[in-house]
Amino acid sequence: MTAVKALREAWGEILVEMAQTNPHILVLDGDLASSTRADIFADAFPDRFLQMGIAEQNMAGVAAGLATLGFVPFISTFAAFAANRDLDQVRVVIAQPRLHVIITGGYSGMLTGKTGKTHQDVSDMSVFRAMPYMTVVAPADAVELRQALQVMVSQPGPYYLRLTRDPAPIIFDEGYRFGLGRGVVLRKGTDVAILSTGVQTVRCLDACDELESQGISPYLLHLPTVKPLDVEAIVRAASETDAVVTAEDHTIIGGLGGAVAEALGEHRPTRMRRVGVKDVFGESAPNEPILAKYGLSARHVARAARELIGRES
Amino acid sequence: MTINPTRLHELEDMARRVRRHILTTVHAAGGGHVGGPLSATDMLVALYFHILNIDPTNPQWEDRDRFILSKGHSCIALYAVMAERGYFPVSELITFDGIDSRLQGHPDMARLPGLDMSTGSLGQGLSPGVGMALGARLRNKPFTTYVMLGDGECQEGQVWEAAFVAARYRLGNLVAILDLNRLQQYGWQEPGGMRPPLDDPRRQWEAFGWQVSVVDGHDITSFVEALSTARQESDRPAIVIAHTVKGKGISFMEGDYSWHARVPTDVELARALAELELREVQP
Repeated sequence: MTAVKALREAWGEILVEMAQTNPHILVLDGDLASSTRADIFADAFPDRFLQMGIAEQNMAGVAAGLATLGFVPFISTFAAFAANRDLDQVRVVIAQPRLHVIITGGYSGMLTGKTGKTHQDVSDMSVFRAMPYMTVVAPADAVELRQALQVMVSQPGPYYLRLTRDPAPIIFDEGYRFGLGRGVVLRKGTDVAILSTGVQTVRCLDACDELESQGISPYLLHLPTVKPLDVEAIVRAASETDAVVTAEDHTIIGGLGGAVAEALGEHRPTRMRRVGVKDVFGESAPNEPILAKYGLSARHVARAARELIGRES
Repeated sequence: MTINPTRLHELEDMARRVRRHILTTVHAAGGGHVGGPLSATDMLVALYFHILNIDPTNPQWEDRDRFILSKGHSCIALYAVMAERGYFPVSELITFDGIDSRLQGHPDMARLPGLDMSTGSLGQGLSPGVGMALGARLRNKPFTTYVMLGDGECQEGQVWEAAFVAARYRLGNLVAILDLNRLQQYGWQEPGGMRPPLDDPRRQWEAFGWQVSVVDGHDITSFVEALSTARQESDRPAIVIAHTVKGKGISFMEGDYSWHARVPTDVELARALAELELREVQP
């Protein structure tokens, strides 16, 4: 049985561990701590947990002010609010002066616990990828998240950290090494390459299993940072297979699919399919119907791969 | 913190020099703001030459008082004051708004040492000030954080988000200054149009839990005294509401919204500079 951990919960626990030796870490909450699990940090470090209330624009500015004093503030709210409500503040007082603030979007993508369109965000990666100086990190599991947090806290600069709500299998072992702008090859097949980011990579592993059972040899490249993008690894995946499918719990416009299409268009034009949200907003429903309706499940990824290489009957 | 007559004369003289820099720099650059910088000039001079605990030779000194110009479009006044205070040569003012200049059209802390925050998108400056005040408390630092707001930008909701949180955290080490010139770029030009009768900043800020004082923002003595009192407050943020005149110091600019961001012609510049010289000999 695979170990399972929700990224939001892992995030709270890892921050508590890191804060024990790093006095600069602070957490600012937009009054969602019991959802985002910033409450884990609040319980351990009440003086370093700053409740900013339901006011994200101010929260972004306060974080910027704290960062100028050498603190490493985490802004914690839902991705939908982190990537929309405070966007001008992030642009002007965090990104432009390149302050060391880690914007943490919990509850990213479509699977937000039946909260629906207002609380789902499918364009956060596009938005922050397009913002100069911003680094965008979407870990696949708790192991990768731990390493990503260590890098983000030790290397200055503004970050957007994309987290998810629900329990997700641990897919990396402790020997795994995260690097900004470094993709990780998880399957080394030759028929079709699947490129994925965030927790969607877990579903892509299932898609690979399905493809392998059908005699198709998939290549799987996990890209934990859509910016910086590991263009070399993407070109290698395309060269190995001549067919690239991208998969993300996010709009296909401007996120991973967009980034990969841009990279391949310039460096190695390759036939592609983008699996993701097709320019629509979501709705409130349980996870499985959401994945099915919006085309995000493992089966959708596998089908797109077969279609791309002419193996879909 | 009182001011003796000699010191006051020096500060007023400095304010006239700064006004000259504002006019000549904007004229030379062919762009920039005039009305707002002139309304803030006396207060910026008082802050940088009499109030702030700063060291221009060590702009990153960690115990320095912080200052944020939230009404960032008035930055030419701040640059002129900083140049006169010794942060950079006065001769650098001519680069204002030019390519690669440290003196950007709106303040850029990544370029110019001595700027404590980048501003320009209105309504955003108080929040980083709240962050600095909170951080000072967490680090047991004695410095005070000052934020100058324009009255127009208080139409932005974020100002009130910040006002709420500052009072909630009892930030006695945070002092805001409201440059209340009652004019903005274009909107609500008719007399009294910008602020309906019930729009009373004193009541607004008091309702948010702030300690409030009201002064004439061109009377350096009262302004300094008000800031001195504001700083003594230990568990409430304080705001000094300063009544000012947009375009202050130049008769044909005073109270005329159209000078918000208008570049003076050669003739207008000469008239304006002549007025400042007249004031110098007849204080």
